[in-house]
Amino acid sequence: MLELCDVKKSYQEPDGGTLPILDIPHFAVKEGEQMVLVGRSGCGKTTLLHTIAGISKADAGKILIDGVDIAGMSEAGVDRVRAEKLGYVFQTFNLLPGFSALENVMLGMTFAHGRKDRQRAEHLIARVGLAHRKTHKPAALSVGEQQRVAVARALANKPSILLADEPTANIDPRNQQNIIDLIRETCREEGVSLVLVTHSTEVAGQFERVDKLEEINKVK
Amino acid sequence: MYFLDLLQIAFRSIRQRGIASLLTMFSMSLGVTLVVAVLSIHGVVDKSFRNNASLGYNLIIGGKGGGQEQLTLSTVYYLSQPLYPVSGNYYLEFMSREERDKQMVHSFAHRSHEASTIVHDMRQLTSLGGPLDLMAEDLLDPVVEKQDALRADLDRPGKYAHLTEFAIPVCLGDYYDRFRVVATNTQLFDTLVYDIENQKKFEFAQGRNFHHHDKVHTYFEAVVGSTVARELNVKLGHEFSPSHGYQGGGAHASTFTVVGILKPSGTPNDRAVFINMEGFYLMEGHSEPVDGAVSEEEVLKAIDKLPTPEAKEKAWREHVAERAARETAPNQEPLAVEQREITALLLKTPRNAAMDLDKAVNNGKEAQAVLPVGVITRMFDFIITPIQRMLLVLTTMICIVSGVSILVSIYNSMSERRQEIAIMRALGAGRSTVMTIILLESTLLSLGGGFAGWLFGHLLCLIASPMIEEQTGVSVGLNLWGDPFYEPLKWFGIDGSIAERFVIPMEWTLVPGLVLLAIVVGLWPGMTAYRTDVAKSLGK
Ligand SMILES: Nc1ncnc2c1ncn2[C@@H]1O[C@H](COP(=O)(O)OP(=O)(O)OP(=O)(O)O)[C@@H](O)[C@H]1O
Ligand SMILES: [Mg+2]
Repeated sequence: MLELCDVKKSYQEPDGGTLPILDIPHFAVKEGEQMVLVGRSGCGKTTLLHTIAGISKADAGKILIDGVDIAGMSEAGVDRVRAEKLGYVFQTFNLLPGFSALENVMLGMTFAHGRKDRQRAEHLIARVGLAHRKTHKPAALSVGEQQRVAVARALANKPSILLADEPTANIDPRNQQNIIDLIRETCREEGVSLVLVTHSTEVAGQFERVDKLEEINKVK
Repeated sequence: MYFLDLLQIAFRSIRQRGIASLLTMFSMSLGVTLVVAVLSIHGVVDKSFRNNASLGYNLIIGGKGGGQEQLTLSTVYYLSQPLYPVSGNYYLEFMSREERDKQMVHSFAHRSHEASTIVHDMRQLTSLGGPLDLMAEDLLDPVVEKQDALRADLDRPGKYAHLTEFAIPVCLGDYYDRFRVVATNTQLFDTLVYDIENQKKFEFAQGRNFHHHDKVHTYFEAVVGSTVARELNVKLGHEFSPSHGYQGGGAHASTFTVVGILKPSGTPNDRAVFINMEGFYLMEGHSEPVDGAVSEEEVLKAIDKLPTPEAKEKAWREHVAERAARETAPNQEPLAVEQREITALLLKTPRNAAMDLDKAVNNGKEAQAVLPVGVITRMFDFIITPIQRMLLVLTTMICIVSGVSILVSIYNSMSERRQEIAIMRALGAGRSTVMTIILLESTLLSLGGGFAGWLFGHLLCLIASPMIEEQTGVSVGLNLWGDPFYEPLKWFGIDGSIAERFVIPMEWTLVPGLVLLAIVVGLWPGMTAYRTDVAKSLGK
């Protein structure tokens, strides 16, 4: 369950001025809900996801994750919430190169609570169809396979929300569909809300809820 | 466990940068190898010094003049030139009556004593009466009185006999090749326990000690130290002529025969040649010329006047042969006590008598006594300790340079690792967690390199061990834990005896030292990791 109230975010410009990016009066995602966020390039989609994840600090407003406001939290607290409540899949470069697929999945567990649930990691790797490649390092995996590992890792700690920032941008259309299907199915299985950013109308068309950032954001 | 996970992450990231990490560790290992080597050298120097400081004798007696250091250096280490000898008579003052009388057989005093006995007998005869009696009275009385005085000097123990356990005479000044020739008597090998702790005397690897006062074995037997034997390839039966003075001095005609080769002892004696003192005194130049003999100088002048080189050569050869015959003549009498000079006496006193004898000798006119252990300790503190400290400082600096190479290596990798750090942060790792990972990395690098260097250093010592043992007599071996080293504790003002109770081998301080170094050099890249802007670094 995610809820944003009056969240404002602007960047400091080199000349000293401020560049407002976000001003969102209200934005909410229900438990288990799957939605797509679209918008032209540079409108602030990634910035929004970073702010939700606490990677970028909001200038003002409330960001409630399972009812807890991370905007007013200490950094360490935000780190913990991020580790336990959020899964994040980036466009590329999701994995740590020194670790195998399985180990990458377990890394998230390490940072969340220090307990590595190997069984769950094995289950997730198998669920994304990489049981036979679990000991491979990222360099030995295709980009599509890497994204699958990233999905498995994002779900490792049973988060309440999965944030996916153009997870299929670098993948061919057929595999793109596979990954999207995988993300949606696993999120449904795990009861995880999904916020997915995409430029693909084809992908967006499959979702019941499609938000245009330009429409919920007062900064134009 | 969380910490182990972080350690694993650090380890993986090191492995990820394979060659670069290896090179960094290698540079660290070289630094530590040097430290271990320096510490081992320190141990060897220390031990060989200790070996040398336990000399087996506690006083050195030499002539007055020249400093204590010089007497010690020349006598213990055969380093500096010997200066002022003591007289043969003075040497006898350290002997018991029995020994002294035995020596006195070869003195003018004894010969005079025999003469006086004859005079005495004559007086007995003449005392029967007659004109002879009066004449003898006048003529012989002054002679008899003088001889009686001399006689009084016989049949008595030496002045310092009661303060002497043994006194070994050494005469220095000659060389064989570059090694010192030490003329002494059999006691050096038969009596002297040089390693009191282990009750060790000098041992023979081959052969035996030379014989003293023994015409069967002649006076011309020699024993060589282990280093001499090795470096000059001396075997038993080898013959040599000592030369007067170090290289370039004229050779004596007398040849000595090697009858014994010593085992390495780790003392300066490994580098010395020992000859029978009696033979030494009989060599040309060490005794008064025989009556009527032409001096060496005159002979050389005469030879020089010869017309052809062939004739010169022939005359020279004849002269040498003749001199040799004279020096080594089997019926030679030992040199008279009064003609003898002794460079130094190695003297052991009975328990607690050292100070008494030291005072007694130094108050006298003839000689000075030094307590060599005190002198050696003083010299060691003045010379060796600063050198060792400097070496340690140097190796520490090398380690710091290695530490900087770790810093450079990690720092260089930071730019490409911004993304990795950002990913870990996005996964929920805190700032301090990623910083810890970087610190662990530098610690692993320095400890890994350090361990390799430590092992490598000791292997090096193991390989060099036989060589070191041969040179110094100190066994090094693998010696993994190093030698106790109290110096740093002393630098911190901790008393040596207290320091020795906490036996901390210096090498143990390597571990905290390296960890400290690693943390210091890891702090900078660690801070970079700490400050990484996750949003900026993600997906770039
Ligand atoms: N650190 C920053 N400092 C200043 N401006 C920034 C910073 N990061 C992003 N911006 C600006 O904020 C705006 C929003 O960027 P953002 O990455 O959120 O766009 P986006 O919607 O994700 O675009 P895209 O679809 O191309 O990924 C852009 O105009 C960008 O230039
Ligand atoms: Mg974006």
